Amino acid sequence: MREVAVCGVGMTKFGISEKTNLEMFAEAGIEAIEGSNIEPKDIEALFFGNCLGDFEEGQLHMAPFAAAELGLPRSAPATRFESACATATVAIRHAALLVGAGVYDVVLAGGTERATKMGTPLATKTFAMASQAQHESAAGMTFPGVFAMAAHMYASKYGIALGELKRHMAEVSVKNHYHGSMNPKAHFQKEIDVDTVLSGMMVADPLQLFDCCPFSDGAAAVVIADAAKARELVKKPIYIAGTGQAYGGPLYLQEDLTRVRARELASKQAYREAGLSPEDIDVVELHDCFTIAEILAVESMGFYEFGKGFDAATKGETRLKGRVVVNPSGGLKAKGHPIGATGAAQVTEIVEQLREESGPRQVEGARVGMVDTLGGDFGTVCNIILRS
Amino acid sequence: MEYRVTYQQYQQGLEQGEFVGLKCNECGAVTFPPLGVCRKCSGTNLEQTQMSGMGIVKTFTVIRVPPEGMKAPYVVAMVKLDEGPYVTGNLVGIDPDKTDMDIIDKRVKLGSQVIDGNAGPENKQRVLTFELV
Repeated sequence: MREVAVCGVGMTKFGISEKTNLEMFAEAGIEAIEGSNIEPKDIEALFFGNCLGDFEEGQLHMAPFAAAELGLPRSAPATRFESACATATVAIRHAALLVGAGVYDVVLAGGTERATKMGTPLATKTFAMASQAQHESAAGMTFPGVFAMAAHMYASKYGIALGELKRHMAEVSVKNHYHGSMNPKAHFQKEIDVDTVLSGMMVADPLQLFDCCPFSDGAAAVVIADAAKARELVKKPIYIAGTGQAYGGPLYLQEDLTRVRARELASKQAYREAGLSPEDIDVVELHDCFTIAEILAVESMGFYEFGKGFDAATKGETRLKGRVVVNPSGGLKAKGHPIGATGAAQVTEIVEQLREESGPRQVEGARVGMVDTLGGDFGTVCNIILRS
Repeated sequence: MEYRVTYQQYQQGLEQGEFVGLKCNECGAVTFPPLGVCRKCSGTNLEQTQMSGMGIVKTFTVIRVPPEGMKAPYVVAMVKLDEGPYVTGNLVGIDPDKTDMDIIDKRVKLGSQVIDGNAGPENKQRVLTFELV
């Protein structure tokens, strides 16, 4: 495999947008292409992420329309990826694999989502379609519900009083809102405190409103190129050191929801390919769709032992200037979660961090960063390790 | 290979109060709800078997914000069956507002109920229910 690097990156502001999925993706895509000092005609393939365009806009088969918006060559295959919330990360991983294999030299990958257009009841229903249809979403399972069950199992398995666990979960939300307050592209840019979280509306016991990420609109895209080509194009290419992807299947086969086996397998693949270990990672963008999800992630990625990661945010270890900075962008919680775009926004944040372009939320001296995106109810996990 | 116990057969079983699963003739593991292969060894030498319908609660949640077409609050739980497999379904016969961590490890009996309003093509399908014993 050839060495592969990220050149330009682009993302829209996340939040509530009146723009169409295609318009948002065009903004992000053009930013990524211009940032790579190339033109649309130089892109050889589009790896396009979108989850719910059919429900949001009545639009299936969005990839070729996205290619047309950007004026990519007609010879460039434009293909849609869908892996629920891990969609864009999976698209980027496959882009990197095909560039690494020598099939293409320069490609565009990313995603777009316009989730707020659906409204909360329909969005809740369509998100739940990423759970197994016959046995699980049929029983009224929702995404907050899945992670709520994981939180109860975590408290039960490790013998932590639920009230205590909830305070530590709230600290995850407080930390990510603090980071998001320094990100002008974040959906939410204001700080909150533990009481804000603990006084919120109950969504799925024990998760309250501020334990949950929002539905958001937005798009993000990155240009991926052969490393030799990338060095010709940009001053600071950011290299893809390793990737991994694994699946979990239905919840009833996963059994222990405190152990995200798909993530354990995916991150192991990425570490092995990169020749690195969790101690080498300076900055992480991981899948904090719910506060408990960040706790599960820091454990299954190897930053904490199982059952020991629950108070990482409380101790400040995952906060800016901490031991391993987690979600300096604000994470899904504060930056927002347009599901088809999220992975590309995570890669964008890590690339900017490794280029030392992150302003007040810059992680000092960051050299190696890691992206973690979870799709569905632990159904897909995709990891990407990047280095400067 | 013909699919051993289809979703339709599984549903017909639930309607008659039967919990039809698969037993692996290679490794002995029980798979329920049915899959294409054994959930443990991926073997295809499977025979039909029935669950006793008893298990213990491993975790739960009370859904307060429901998907479109469903009415909250209701309880979703994961149960470990005596035969080994985990299953998801609805905890019934209990006040959702009085359901808390004490429910974990409690013994339950399996049943099923018809759910309408599901998003998928399988309208009015049966899902598993759990009732405290």
